[in-house]
Amino acid sequence: MITPLEVRQKIDKFLLSVQKPGRYVGGEYGQVNKDWNTIPTHFALVFPDLYDIGVPNLGVTILYDLINSRKDALCERSYLPWVDMESQMRDNHVPLYSLESFRPLSDFDIIGFTLPYETLYTNVLNALDLASIPLHSKDRGESHPLIIAGGHAAYNPEPMSDFIDAFVIGEGEEVIHEILDVFLHCKTEKLSRYELLTSLQQIQGVYVPSFYDVSYNPDFSIQSFVPQSDNFPKRINKRFIPKLPDPPSKFLVPSVDVVHNRIAIEIMRGCTRGCRFCHAGIVNRPVRERSVDQIVNSIEKALIQTGYEEIALLSLSSSDYTHLPELVDTIIQKFAGRNLTITLPSLRIESFSINVMEKLRGSRQGGFTLAPEAASDTMRKRINKPISQEMLLETTNAIYKAGWTSIKLYFMIGQPGETIEDVQAIADLCKIVLLEGRKVIGKKANLHAGISTFVPKPHTPFQWAALDALPSVLEKQNLLKDQLRKPGLRMTWSNPRETILESALSRGDRRLGAVIEEAWKRGAKFDAWQDQFNFNSWMDAFDTIGISYEFYTSRQHQPDEVFPWDHINPGVNRKFLQAEYQKSINGELTDDCRDNCYSCGILPSFINIRRKNPGDFWLCPEVKK
Amino acid sequence: MIRVRLTYKKEASLKYTGHLDLHKVWERTFRRAQLPLAYSQGFHPQPRIQQACPLPLGFISQCEVIDFWLKEDLLIDEVRAALIPALQPGIEVSKAEIIPLSDPALQTAVIASDYLAQFNSEVNEQMVSNKIDDLLAESSILRERRGKSYDLRQLIQQCHLSKGPHTGVVMRLTTLPGATGRPEEVLDALGIDLYSVQVIRTALMFSA
Repeated sequence: MITPLEVRQKIDKFLLSVQKPGRYVGGEYGQVNKDWNTIPTHFALVFPDLYDIGVPNLGVTILYDLINSRKDALCERSYLPWVDMESQMRDNHVPLYSLESFRPLSDFDIIGFTLPYETLYTNVLNALDLASIPLHSKDRGESHPLIIAGGHAAYNPEPMSDFIDAFVIGEGEEVIHEILDVFLHCKTEKLSRYELLTSLQQIQGVYVPSFYDVSYNPDFSIQSFVPQSDNFPKRINKRFIPKLPDPPSKFLVPSVDVVHNRIAIEIMRGCTRGCRFCHAGIVNRPVRERSVDQIVNSIEKALIQTGYEEIALLSLSSSDYTHLPELVDTIIQKFAGRNLTITLPSLRIESFSINVMEKLRGSRQGGFTLAPEAASDTMRKRINKPISQEMLLETTNAIYKAGWTSIKLYFMIGQPGETIEDVQAIADLCKIVLLEGRKVIGKKANLHAGISTFVPKPHTPFQWAALDALPSVLEKQNLLKDQLRKPGLRMTWSNPRETILESALSRGDRRLGAVIEEAWKRGAKFDAWQDQFNFNSWMDAFDTIGISYEFYTSRQHQPDEVFPWDHINPGVNRKFLQAEYQKSINGELTDDCRDNCYSCGILPSFINIRRKNPGDFWLCPEVKK
Repeated sequence: MIRVRLTYKKEASLKYTGHLDLHKVWERTFRRAQLPLAYSQGFHPQPRIQQACPLPLGFISQCEVIDFWLKEDLLIDEVRAALIPALQPGIEVSKAEIIPLSDPALQTAVIASDYLAQFNSEVNEQMVSNKIDDLLAESSILRERRGKSYDLRQLIQQCHLSKGPHTGVVMRLTTLPGATGRPEEVLDALGIDLYSVQVIRTALMFSA
């Protein structure tokens, strides 16, 4: 066994030869160092990507604070080493270690991975391997840490079910305490790993995949999915916090530059808009808002605690926050003259947004970002994101007029039912926006088009839809690249092969575990990084295992098909999603559900929680006693 | 307005934080301490902070110096009391003083730096000592750095072996704009592996 001191001495010998060594040594302001020997439960929180991305992650920030606030547990962090550091670590036999105490991860009781997106899966395997922990749940014994995972990607846990002992579905704030309580009880009573897993499966929102059996149809689709015992639930209901607690006031302040150096405060969770491609909009229901006081007080505390000069007010759709005008005015009043930058992403396309941004505009203002997603009325109806051409142009003109020279517009190609004319409409729209902008402020005006490609996601109305075929995506991208090559216009787009991988992993089932492992063995890691992404490794892995990725990607799924994620209940029911998909095909819109409840299923799923938590902070209708 | 000069130790994990990142570390430290920082004028106001000559990555220091300006005339004890709980781990303030606003810029005030390259394990002291003598006996040591050739010998003001509990190479190197002696260059000229020592900056010499 290697000691923390040995880890430090070893890495000290090669850290100067790797890029940005400050990533690997911790020492942040706000880092919590608790006494290993007197605290019974040791939890390692792993963000399976680079430090620079992981430190600003809000989920990690919240859990780190919550676990460390307990007397009976300590939480330390680890991130994935970049390839240069990894090869040094492997050459010098340094295991993956925590940044607080430099202890090998295998010394911890529980390792918790956060899985915000699917392209981190190979990194999870790499982390376990670097920590000398068996990759497969079935190969781990009493002496190994419990491996758990949660986050948005865990809403379809199946592709990672070989490697993770227990998943947490939904928001972690409450359930993390229940898990720690159960763990400590089992540890104190010296119960076996099997007994521990059995107890964990009793917690609502926890899913132990090894307790469930899957059978398949001859056509490769899933036949059934059954728990091994009647004591285990047939479906796993997600967890969520009925009334959002105060946002964390403790943030880590790293000693090296990371992607976001700021205080991040969620002003609300969830979204009532119902865009049909959007995973976050479904799984984060119901919409719950924080009060202006709660937000402003947290900012105040966090400013003093961190010394940061930037505050980001986060939500899926900031314009929909009920008290937005009041919030903005209070913030301006309270924090004026402090040389702060306040950002409010995800604003709607309307002139009020410019108002808000002008008020918040500090001395360092970048571009103005809007996400119309589609440019033709047909597609806008199909994806349920209606916005008129007039309103869009009025808004972009006003943005240029107000002094911004750069506008970024996000579009998504490849949505179900899209034709080449709909893509042409994106090019036309960009050109008009810029042309109009130049009438207002001349050649200073420029436009950045961010073109992503649609990926069908579980638990959304488009979960049945086929991924747009590669030749079609390339044709659409080429059309745009060709037409948007003009002075003042800039376009970025996603690698269509990365999209294929993301799509296969998103709708994958248990059988993909072997593919993920094979791809990792072939060197796949950091799949979300363009310079590391290796499509060939993945294709070879699919071939070797004998699975066609097209089964998961470009296939139109059957209406009554059993999905790999059917046993995970986000609260929104399948009937609602199916009706929304049909409305998309018919070109029908569904209004914002804060004005009219469309019975998505959240209320029947969580009726008792709503009863106990009446009030308008939660945007679903009230339930009678 | 007052101008405050801090002398501080930079150690532990912070040795892997470079000059630019360190600037941000200090800026946030001052904000945590809720000190009334003075800002530059103009479209992008920046807090008025000046660091002395950069410390290369991987070196620790007992004597880093930073100047900053405050809008209000606080007492030095008030400044120190506010700073202590706000410091980044790895920083320890050894001296805080209010200096005249008109003092020359910190970057131009330093003329030489003292370093100790401390050996991580036992060495043949006589051999190192001989190498140092040989090096000092040269009239010029032409070296190349970033494609430019220069005479290292002229930048070495002193160099000797220190014995006892902290065996290492002690050196005083010229630290002027365009003529900065680098400890790693001296170690290389002596044939000492940079990874076999911990370099510590022990003192900064200021112009009188």
